[in-house]
Amino acid sequence: MTQTLSRLPALTPPAAELPVRAEALRAEVREFLADERAAGSWTPRSDVWLSGWDEDFTRRLAARGWLGMTIPAEYGGHGASPLDRYVVTEELLAAGAPVAAHWVADRQIGPSLLRHGTDAQRRKYLPGIAAGEVYFGIGMSEPDSGSDLASVRSRATKVDGGWSLTGTKVWTSGGHRAHAFFALVRTSPPEEGKRHAGLSQLIVDLHADGVTVRPIPLLTGAHHFNEVVFDEVFVPDDMVLGDVGSGWTQVTGELAFERSGPERFLSTFPLLAALVGELSGADLGAAGRRQLGSLVARLWSLRRMSLAVAGSLASGEAPELAAAVVKDLGTRFENEIIDAARLLVSVPPDPGAEGGYARLLADAVLHAPGFTLRGGTNEVLRGIVARGLGLR
Amino acid sequence: MSAHTDLPVVDPDLVELATSVFADADVDGTGLDTALWDTLEQTGLARLAVAEDAAGSGGSLLDLAAVLVEAGAGAARVPLAETDVACRLAAAAGLDVPVGPLTFALDRAGALTVDGDTVSGTLARVPWARSAAAVVVLTGGSVVVLDPATATLVEGTNVAEEPRDTLTVDGASAAVAAAPDGAESEFALWAALSRALLLAGAARGALTRSVGYAGEREQFGRPIGRFQAVQQQLALAAAEVAAGGAAAGSAARVVVRDGVGAPTAELAVASAKVRTGEAATEVARIAHQVHGAIGFTREHDLRLTTTRLWAWRDEDGTDGEWATRIGDLVLAAGADGLWPLVTA
Ligand SMILES: Cc1cc2nc3c(=O)[nH]c(=O)nc-3n(C[C@H](O)[C@H](O)[C@H](O)COP(=O)(O)OP(=O)(O)OC[C@H]3O[C@@H](n4cnc5c(N)ncnc54)[C@H](O)[C@@H]3O)c2cc1C
Repeated sequence: MTQTLSRLPALTPPAAELPVRAEALRAEVREFLADERAAGSWTPRSDVWLSGWDEDFTRRLAARGWLGMTIPAEYGGHGASPLDRYVVTEELLAAGAPVAAHWVADRQIGPSLLRHGTDAQRRKYLPGIAAGEVYFGIGMSEPDSGSDLASVRSRATKVDGGWSLTGTKVWTSGGHRAHAFFALVRTSPPEEGKRHAGLSQLIVDLHADGVTVRPIPLLTGAHHFNEVVFDEVFVPDDMVLGDVGSGWTQVTGELAFERSGPERFLSTFPLLAALVGELSGADLGAAGRRQLGSLVARLWSLRRMSLAVAGSLASGEAPELAAAVVKDLGTRFENEIIDAARLLVSVPPDPGAEGGYARLLADAVLHAPGFTLRGGTNEVLRGIVARGLGLR
Repeated sequence: MSAHTDLPVVDPDLVELATSVFADADVDGTGLDTALWDTLEQTGLARLAVAEDAAGSGGSLLDLAAVLVEAGAGAARVPLAETDVACRLAAAAGLDVPVGPLTFALDRAGALTVDGDTVSGTLARVPWARSAAAVVVLTGGSVVVLDPATATLVEGTNVAEEPRDTLTVDGASAAVAAAPDGAESEFALWAALSRALLLAGAARGALTRSVGYAGEREQFGRPIGRFQAVQQQLALAAAEVAAGGAAAGSAARVVVRDGVGAPTAELAVASAKVRTGEAATEVARIAHQVHGAIGFTREHDLRLTTTRLWAWRDEDGTDGEWATRIGDLVLAAGADGLWPLVTA
């Protein structure tokens, strides 16, 4: 039998190495974090980019120049490379530092404004983002639109000088503390066979008249999620992001920044580090050492993949397939850490503990379902991979 | 952007050449593909990363890494990895090796006794020994270049039907030299890295074949690849292929950057062998499930990559052994040392 091998698309971009300069930056960040921890300014937690909201800490990071790093200086940023930002964010996440307040603004809002925003919009928001003063939410999901995001029903109708917005967004992380979000809304009715047309992104001030923000408690009881209801909210014309009708393309571009970063495999890293602490000095058999080693091999490999995607994004490419793969593997890895942490150390999770292993474990267990849902579910991501393989 | 900073880049023409050479090979036979080996020698691929003054092509390890991935994907019946490691080991000990395919054995158990320049003992499961011009053995503090003709050879294979022969020598004369310091751990890493690269290629080969098959095989009036259940399985396999490929490729880069003796290289290579080994299990499982009964036959080409995945995951250190080693490194680093270890 002769071989008839067709070719597969590249599943990962070429390996990337961090510039020497980024490694020097890493040393600075570690020193800063060691000082912060010594001062007891925070306790390491699982899933801090979701739940660790600390505006003072955010401002201290900004003072070091570690927010809005890739934003050009003329908009208050630092004009650094995305790989520099990568190093800072992975160090913060590994330390379990409270980064939630600025997370969305720093990760995706800055880049989106730079790509699609007007000069006035950039001047209005970017300096505040870089200063750690302006926080954003994500206004995509709705009660009847989750994975099928293009089916959103929130509608904006044209009025004098702007748009009148009515509808409901849901699962809005930090919506009760954020200043604004980009709402994905319908600006013209759906057309047969063109469901991605007629969508737009509006920059909505979450304190505007007609906006109601209601809490939805998480499994832990914490207030993180919100429902955001718009009742004829006036959005001025100059608060349309990009072009009217281009919302779908813009949103999918925004998601590319959301999928392959270090937060997609480090959400439970503080628990893994604590696990190593519990096991050091204990009499761990070969099976335990093997399980631990296998986890760290996965971590090492995931980080290399994620860095390769970051390198590719930094050179202006959009490696959608590779980003989906990182998120699928990475979020499953976050769950594997929890399994190992439970099986190798017999400490029941305790949500009431002040800190320590039992608390890290409790937070991880109760946050775990979200890992494989947020930012596009793993099943949906595998659909993207299947399309990349030419199967659909 | 490949800073740290002047790493060589892989020559795309070379990869193209390797791909076509392996694609043209006769994959169905067993034992050494002598025609393929001759082509590899003529094109300079046979000793690609061996220094020119040792009759090699003087290419970079990154070039070799890319070629090994292609060899794995093409299920090439040649001791390409073994020849490279054998040449490296002989050169490190200042010994000469003959032309032709070579093989390598790491005698951790001390099965061989060296007395001056005579050797005695039994080496089990030596890859390709029956076809090798020489076996380069690292045993205790010595490196031995052994002519298989001086040994009694009992043929054996791995589950992919690749030769894994047992050699017995009784006072055979051989070239012997002192092994350099640290040789045992370094050559375990060279062997594991080569195997990880081959695994990454074989995993990719199995996925390529499975995606192709899913597009051709029709049931219920449509190609099975149109079923979401099949798509999701193939997407999982693709993620494993991506992870294994990234791990093995990155480990090769770390070895080029820091040297095989560096602590970073140990974690990198061990991670690559573990990750490709784990990927092997998952990819082979999915590839066979997608192929149905036909893939379960010796007549179908799927076996060429899947049986290699099963064989290679357990060779040059199983994923379990390397994972245990990483576990030890991690425990030694402690809670605060884990992150610096991973990011070094
Ligand atoms: C922690 C967290 C934070 C979030 N923060 C925000 C936020 O700030 N802003 C925001 O807008 N949204 C946010 N979300 C919402 C998130 O984007 C959605 O949860 C996600 O898109 C999935 O939508 P859904 O929850 O409605 O599930 P559904 O789409 O209803 O899916 C339910 C199940 O069906 C599966 N499924 C659906 N369609 C398919 C298909 N075509 N093929 C196969 N399987 C399918 C899914 O994989 C899933 O398993 C957040 C979610 C979480 C968990």
